[in-house]
Amino acid sequence: MSIREVRLSTTPTPEAIADLRLGDIVYLDGLMYTAREGVYMRALEDKANIPMELPSQSAANFHCSPAAAIREDGSYDMGAVTATASFRFAKWLPEWMAKTGAKLIVGKGGMTSKDYRDYFVPNGAIYLTTVGYGTGALLGRGVERVEAVHWNEELGLAQAMWVLKCNKMGPFIVASDLQGNCLFERENAKIAENIAQAYEGTRPATLKRYGETDDRSDEVI
Amino acid sequence: MIPAELIQSTARVLMDKAAIEIPQDYLDGLQRAAETEDGDLSSFVLRAMLENYEAAKEDRRAMCGDTGVPRWFVKLGNEAQVEGGMVALEAALRRATAEATNSVPLRPNRVHPLWRTDHDNNVGIGAPEIEYGFEPATPEYGGAWIDLITVHKGGLFGTDYRMLFPSDGIEGIKRFYLDSLMAFGKRGLACQPAIIGIGLGGSKDICMTLGKRASTLRIVGSRNSDPKIAQMEDEFKELGNSIGMGAMGFVGKNMVIDCNIEVGYCHTGGMPMSVHAFCLSSRRAVARIHADGRVEHRTDPDWFTPYQRRETVDWPAHQEAAE
Ligand code: SF4
Repeated sequence: MSIREVRLSTTPTPEAIADLRLGDIVYLDGLMYTAREGVYMRALEDKANIPMELPSQSAANFHCSPAAAIREDGSYDMGAVTATASFRFAKWLPEWMAKTGAKLIVGKGGMTSKDYRDYFVPNGAIYLTTVGYGTGALLGRGVERVEAVHWNEELGLAQAMWVLKCNKMGPFIVASDLQGNCLFERENAKIAENIAQAYEGTRPATLKRYGETDDRSDEVI
Repeated sequence: MIPAELIQSTARVLMDKAAIEIPQDYLDGLQRAAETEDGDLSSFVLRAMLENYEAAKEDRRAMCGDTGVPRWFVKLGNEAQVEGGMVALEAALRRATAEATNSVPLRPNRVHPLWRTDHDNNVGIGAPEIEYGFEPATPEYGGAWIDLITVHKGGLFGTDYRMLFPSDGIEGIKRFYLDSLMAFGKRGLACQPAIIGIGLGGSKDICMTLGKRASTLRIVGSRNSDPKIAQMEDEFKELGNSIGMGAMGFVGKNMVIDCNIEVGYCHTGGMPMSVHAFCLSSRRAVARIHADGRVEHRTDPDWFTPYQRRETVDWPAHQEAAE
């Protein structure tokens, strides 16, 4: 199977999203903002006004806090950029998407296919995963400049809302589609066929633990 | 007498090197993995990582945006002395960590567990961790040196502990090892292929420490000095790579770049075990500071010397010349 590469806007058309296939490699152009638990709580639970026009300025929500510093003169020193695991944000995402019109959720490791079916597909949104996940230097290169940092005072550098101007920023991999398919679950299913052979001759621990599964096709997220 | 100022300036350089330059042993291991990988997505990931290390060095920017938790291992030759004493040494390492966070820059990851207070400098209560080891004087280097080792350990996932028992045997050890790889390898939560460290024995905390050190303080290709454990290391590496899972949990055959096992004596009734993954950003940097002010940089921590693995009551304070 050959791997397809795609340039995609951070305010993508519905057609551009519909065209994406699981496993496509994507490079992004346009504005992307970071939002994780700090931003979600402040916007959704404390009802603070979101300091951007969404989704007209950006429909791309990055689960990330960059390795960056704000200089004394107020300029930014942008280093490496790496995503954080997204499954922890399932609690806030449905409301966030409804409120902001986000179409691209960008992060680490994807969500479950149930999340995709329940609120990604109805919102016309898909998930892009970062690669590795350590490709922070490559992604850092794709940041043309930092447009703004919102809520730094309130949330600190790591949780603040960074607005990044992306120029062929990537690579990312398409991890869900508009049918609600999940790339990682597809791969898990392929690997599952082989698991029994790897476990052959091993034995379960004498001392059990509460809440434990013995089904290796399960996931821990 | 080693000046505290020299410790701080050396530590600053180490913070930079660790964050930016992937150690050669891991790079070689990943290159070998990239050559053999035939899963299309997983080999794309490995190629992107190799490009990423290049980009980091070219741009002098951190290889990964997640700094993990920067920490220090300090090994002191038996006659090492620091100007201002050990309190000055600890202050120097904390200052270097804070400065590097701002200047590289690194992500300020460290927060209070409850109040989420962030000093934006990776310093706080118990952070960075500073751990110590000691070493007898050797004919080659004497005993008046200090090794500074920094490790920027990533991975909220990928680590686990379990109390096993002698009756669980090697089969039980294998099961828990595979369980850890399966649980955290899916979706690539462990950012594999990794250097897997296994701690066997010790008390619960030391079991974790042994595994952590096995993954972070031993290089790819090193083997335990006990030949039977060395054989297990080979076997476990192969076992991990036979699951059929590669980078990011995609179909592939490279999950484990190497598997290092360290042991410590434990309670006669138990066999505690821990598993750790040193990720795609296996960041470590080492320097030896001599009493005369010379600084030698390297990437092999060389932590597990015969002295660290000693079994006897006594040990000579001066090592004899090697035969
Ligand atoms: S586990 Fe390692 S490679 Fe992955 S995000 Fe963390 S530091 Fe980066």
